Amino acid sequence: MDIPYTVELRRDTGLNNGKIGIWLFLASEVMLFGALFATYILLRTGAQTWPRGDTILNVPLATFNTIVLISSSVTMVMAWASLMRGRFGTFRLYMGGTVLLGFVFLVVKYFEYSHKFHDGLFPSTNNFLAIYFTLTGLHMLHVMGGMAVNAYFWGPGAKQWKTDPAWFTNRVENSGLFWHFVDLVWIFLFPTLYLL
Amino acid sequence: MSEHAAVAGAKPHAAHEAHHEELGFWRKYVFSVDHKVIGIQYAVTGLLFLFFGFSLMMLMRWQLAYPGAALPLLGRILGESRMPGGTMLPEFYNELGAMHGTIMVFLGVVPLAVGGFGNFVLPLQIGAPDMAFPRLNMLSYWSFFLGGVTMLASFFAPGGAAQSGWTSYTPLSVYASSGQTWWLIGMVFLITSSLLGAINFITTTIQLRAKGLTFMRFPFFVWAQLVTAFLLLLAFPPLEAAAVLQLMDRVAGTSFFLPTGLVVSGQPLTNAGGGNTLLWQHLFWFLAHPEVYVLILPAMGIVAEIIANNTRKPLWGYRSMVYSLVFLGFMSFIVWAHHMFMTGMGTAMAAFFQTTTMIISIPSVVILTALILSLWGGSIRFNTPMLFALGFLPMFGIGGLTGLPLGLNVADIPLHDTYYVIGHFHYVVAPGTIFGLFAGVYFWFPKATGRRMNETLGVIHFIGSFICMNVIFMPMFLLGMAGVSRRLYDGGAAYDFAQPVLHLNVVSSWGAWMLALFQLPFIFNFFWSIWKGARTEENPWHATTLEWAAPSPPPHGNFLQVPQAYRGPYEYSVPGAAKDFVPQYEA
Repeated sequence: MDIPYTVELRRDTGLNNGKIGIWLFLASEVMLFGALFATYILLRTGAQTWPRGDTILNVPLATFNTIVLISSSVTMVMAWASLMRGRFGTFRLYMGGTVLLGFVFLVVKYFEYSHKFHDGLFPSTNNFLAIYFTLTGLHMLHVMGGMAVNAYFWGPGAKQWKTDPAWFTNRVENSGLFWHFVDLVWIFLFPTLYLL
Repeated sequence: MSEHAAVAGAKPHAAHEAHHEELGFWRKYVFSVDHKVIGIQYAVTGLLFLFFGFSLMMLMRWQLAYPGAALPLLGRILGESRMPGGTMLPEFYNELGAMHGTIMVFLGVVPLAVGGFGNFVLPLQIGAPDMAFPRLNMLSYWSFFLGGVTMLASFFAPGGAAQSGWTSYTPLSVYASSGQTWWLIGMVFLITSSLLGAINFITTTIQLRAKGLTFMRFPFFVWAQLVTAFLLLLAFPPLEAAAVLQLMDRVAGTSFFLPTGLVVSGQPLTNAGGGNTLLWQHLFWFLAHPEVYVLILPAMGIVAEIIANNTRKPLWGYRSMVYSLVFLGFMSFIVWAHHMFMTGMGTAMAAFFQTTTMIISIPSVVILTALILSLWGGSIRFNTPMLFALGFLPMFGIGGLTGLPLGLNVADIPLHDTYYVIGHFHYVVAPGTIFGLFAGVYFWFPKATGRRMNETLGVIHFIGSFICMNVIFMPMFLLGMAGVSRRLYDGGAAYDFAQPVLHLNVVSSWGAWMLALFQLPFIFNFFWSIWKGARTEENPWHATTLEWAAPSPPPHGNFLQVPQAYRGPYEYSVPGAAKDFVPQYEA
């Protein structure tokens, strides 16, 4: 049995199922991170003292990571655009690049974290570090999730290009929407934690 | 070339899979992607958890009625660490209380109302072949199942299950035994399950409705599920965030909810401090107030369907009911802090939240009034589903009206955290929502099995439950107004002021145990009717909505021909029509 509107658009809504699904999912993600940002605001406004982010955290590394993530969003769009033009080879290239850039982000994050631990700065040290580790940690889980999905479409999932290219392109687009969201969360996290 | 061959080999296989009707036992009944099977899995698991959660409460009611008395037989079985010599330990009482609330709300009512009825009925009512994302649907059930297993397993954790109430208020919960960590992990599974379900419900409703089924032709049940799904989608993530933060406090030693200078049992704590303990309450109630509407809206939807069907009349004021429902869903996001009037959050906050709380009572009253007016002038059929639906109206009415004093800041001060509150929300959820759900079980049972449930047993179940529910909860209002707190392990026996009302605890407890007896006809009826009930055709109630166009039980893919909606959902007793109902699906 086939579910209608998996690939083709429903005429009155102008959408397919996956597109609605991913946007609903992103709406719930906004609420998740929104609650954590609200927590940050409440803790900070209630605190006697609150350190400036750049006195504790490494701003150059985070700036580098911001550039890495934004670049990965660009390669993600290029990957999807390649599929739209029917160029599977360039899709592979760009998608591989996206996953690789995600990996670079994680490596940099690993060095940042281990440096903090080395200096004896843990989530339990103070509430600034607590919210820093929680927010960036949860964001990192999202990066890993996005990478896993992208790696699947780069590798074994790409077989669908041969059997159902339209559906495959949709799936890559939806995965891209999630990836841009993860990128966007970082763009909010970076100034909030590192600069303010 | 070889790649081509592999693809050519894969394609017929995929096609074969799609049209392969004879699935094995595991794929058909356990790891099924069919929304009807998943709906039944949800419903049966939910019913089992309801019974389990009720059993926890029956144990607590022994301690409340006869504080300190040894419980014969059962007390021994539960062991020395919980009930030494048959007398309940305070810690065990707290475990039962916390887990009763958690299980009833998150593992009983929501899975039955949303997972069960939503999954089974919603796609049928909109004429869809299945949910928009069948595999996500299966994942949603199994995530819920894992959450349930985690919660059950926590009873065997060192120190027992969570003991900090279903609300898990900090800072107490941060220092509770390891059961609380299990509780938090279980909640993360349950939240994931709700999230996946909500995405699926909304997408299915928008995308897969039959041709001609515009939004204003939706049965009220579909609207109720749609609004509920939005509440789940947007209100649950903040609790997930809160659960992560509390987990960090417990496991990583952070102080999100631990203020500076906290002293526990005379010991100053060594945490970093600087946290905000009210933050937990805000995040928790941001979910938990919309959650109240998640509990009640599907039941309202079911009751509306059954009332229209059994009065043989259109619903009175369908449009105003729908608008009220949407408004109510929106408002439910901005009333949460009326649970927190006593926390010292400030009068400005309290004034805002008491105003929004008074406003949200209006759409609820509109819906209830429309349902009551729908009865006017109808030739009512008093079958079992209708009896439960009619029982719902006054019970939900009492629950709602007794809530008004709690929503007002000043009136809440003496009533807060007393048995009055327990009475109030149990009237909404127990004889309210659960009656609605029972009505739904009796109403859609023929669709799910092709057989009807026995009417006589159903009537016994209804009358017994109706009386017992009131015997349990009505005395709680009196206890609460006398000032008895809901948190007392001995039900107030240690306090002089509570002496004149203590006998009401005994009345309430016997009501609860009798209620259990009156569930036996239901349990017997349920299983007996699956195999021995009277066979029915596809539309035994002469109903109008699309689900009755499918065979009973519907096959995989649901409808024999693609259904189409030609008119509104409740065209009963149309003047000049040949029958007293004109189904949506008949041209």
